Amino acid sequence: MTPSAKADADMLLALQGVSKQFGGLAALSDVSLGVAQGEIYGLIGPNGAGKTTLFNVVTGLYSPDHGVVRLGETLLSGCKPHEVVTRGLARTFQNIRLFANMTALENVMVGRHVRTQAGVLGAIFRGATTRAEESAIERRAHELLNYVGVGTHAQRLARHLSYGDQRRLEIARALATDPQLLALDEPAAGMNAIETAALQELLQRVRADGVTILLIEHDVRLVMDLCDRVAVLDYGKKIAEGAPSTVRNDPVVIEAYLGGAA
Amino acid sequence: MRDWQRRWRGWKRNRQVVLGAWIVIGIVLALLPFVTGATLGRGWVRIIDFALLYVMLALGLNIVVGYAGLLDLGYIAFYAVGAYVYALLASPHFGLHWPVWMALPLGATVAAVFGVLLGSPTLRLRGDYLAIVTLGFGEIIRIFLNNLNAPFNLTNGPQGINLIDPIRIVDLGFSETYTVFGISFPPTHNYYYLFLTLTLAIIFISIRLQDSRIGRAWVAIREDEIAAAATGINTRNVKLLAFAMGATFGGVSGGLFAGFQGFISPESFNLFESIIVLCMVVLGGMGNIAGVILGAVLLTTFPEALRYLGELQYMVFGQVFVDAADLRMLVFGMALVLIMIFRPAGILPSMRRRRELGADAPVAAQEQASLYDAQR
Repeated sequence: MTPSAKADADMLLALQGVSKQFGGLAALSDVSLGVAQGEIYGLIGPNGAGKTTLFNVVTGLYSPDHGVVRLGETLLSGCKPHEVVTRGLARTFQNIRLFANMTALENVMVGRHVRTQAGVLGAIFRGATTRAEESAIERRAHELLNYVGVGTHAQRLARHLSYGDQRRLEIARALATDPQLLALDEPAAGMNAIETAALQELLQRVRADGVTILLIEHDVRLVMDLCDRVAVLDYGKKIAEGAPSTVRNDPVVIEAYLGGAA
Repeated sequence: MRDWQRRWRGWKRNRQVVLGAWIVIGIVLALLPFVTGATLGRGWVRIIDFALLYVMLALGLNIVVGYAGLLDLGYIAFYAVGAYVYALLASPHFGLHWPVWMALPLGATVAAVFGVLLGSPTLRLRGDYLAIVTLGFGEIIRIFLNNLNAPFNLTNGPQGINLIDPIRIVDLGFSETYTVFGISFPPTHNYYYLFLTLTLAIIFISIRLQDSRIGRAWVAIREDEIAAAATGINTRNVKLLAFAMGATFGGVSGGLFAGFQGFISPESFNLFESIIVLCMVVLGGMGNIAGVILGAVLLTTFPEALRYLGELQYMVFGQVFVDAADLRMLVFGMALVLIMIFRPAGILPSMRRRRELGADAPVAAQEQASLYDAQR
């Protein structure tokens, strides 16, 4: 079965006719795409093509002017950002947004918020249930820090971690919310070759553990190596979709990146 | 690490030292009104009572400003709400004389509701914009209290409410003098123990909230609200919870104030009061419970101590050059400025802020490395 033949209903994440205007600018016009369960799906395109806007629509930071976004059976469009997370979609940011003055461990513990219950009374009386929950949160956070490879920095402030470790920590925090789909906005930006290779290995592990990945990335090699399918955005429109090797030879894509012959 | 720091850490680890320190603190707190009364006079016991009320207020504001990072310049409104609810339910004004165990929790609850009322329209605002709206809210409450004497006399307007019932728990009236084993307990002492108990409860709650799921969510919102939402925190509810919790502490403190003072008027709840409570939080060390307590105690007692400046001048120079009343606020203001210059994160900064401002050498090197990474 070729991926493009998959029916929309099988898709974990499905966008149908999504449009978003900012004033006179059509940041996204009529974009439809589907990410299948268990795949790594790349989203590429020149600067200003609307990739991050699409991310923000999917994750509830913006609501689309037209169109719908679904995750499995549930509707994401119209949800608030925290509701999107509850429904199983977590994200990272292009410019890292950690809780800079919390420790690495605390950052990941915050990620567990959405899957835990303890309220004010629980915190004050700290009964057996709350204590058990707290230690489960901490245990899981430690596991995730080790999983992404920053376990030795658990007690350091997030802002004091190296750039590559901050990126990994952000992924750990997103994974702490138990997502079905992990949306990464340029995770390899600013990384050197060694860090990028390690990231690639991490993302493959995440996928192997059953999390689907949606990825915006500029690093062409990473996209070619990692993604099962890619979509290309240009001026807010999807101009190509398919296997990386097909897409890179598509004349429309080459024109979008290099500019057409005048 | 300096020598005293090493010694301090050694002590902190030693169980006996810690236990001993707590026992000493307990004895000091238990004897404080008697020692103060005997040395400085009865007036100072009253000042200490007020200091405890301000500790409760400052800890409440600390939840809003220190934990959740929401700058609130109208916080005294919740103190006012708590005080007025108690006063209306336990005074001849309406002829109601509810017992304290009903009036005080109700005052705290109403204050919490007002906290949510203030919080809801400000959810989208941050920083200075939020500060301005909360400032307005504080003034609105005061002006309402000032004018709600017509057409229906709810608050008795600028005259305030008089003859508020003193706090009484079953048969124990706090405004009476008791003699136990030959030791006399005047009202100021009784109130001291009541306020101390409630202050300890509020300290306990603050500590428990600090490292909890909710406490972490508050700090996450302070650090980066968008990231907090994208991590699954319902920022609206968690922020409203911070406003409500802070307001609850303010309401409790206000109810106690009304019962202690016996008289309240809108004058007691002006903008200056909001500012001074905020000063306590910032000066003591935002987000650090010990710092906030210290800030509240210092800022209540220091201005009172400065009243002796006149006497001091007389003793040293034989005459009074500058009137103590004038000098007092000058010295007070100068002290605030100096503390902020030399201790920008507060007298006792929170762990977080200490790490933030005073980076150790290896950490600083790392920071530069990561900056370098980002520039590439």
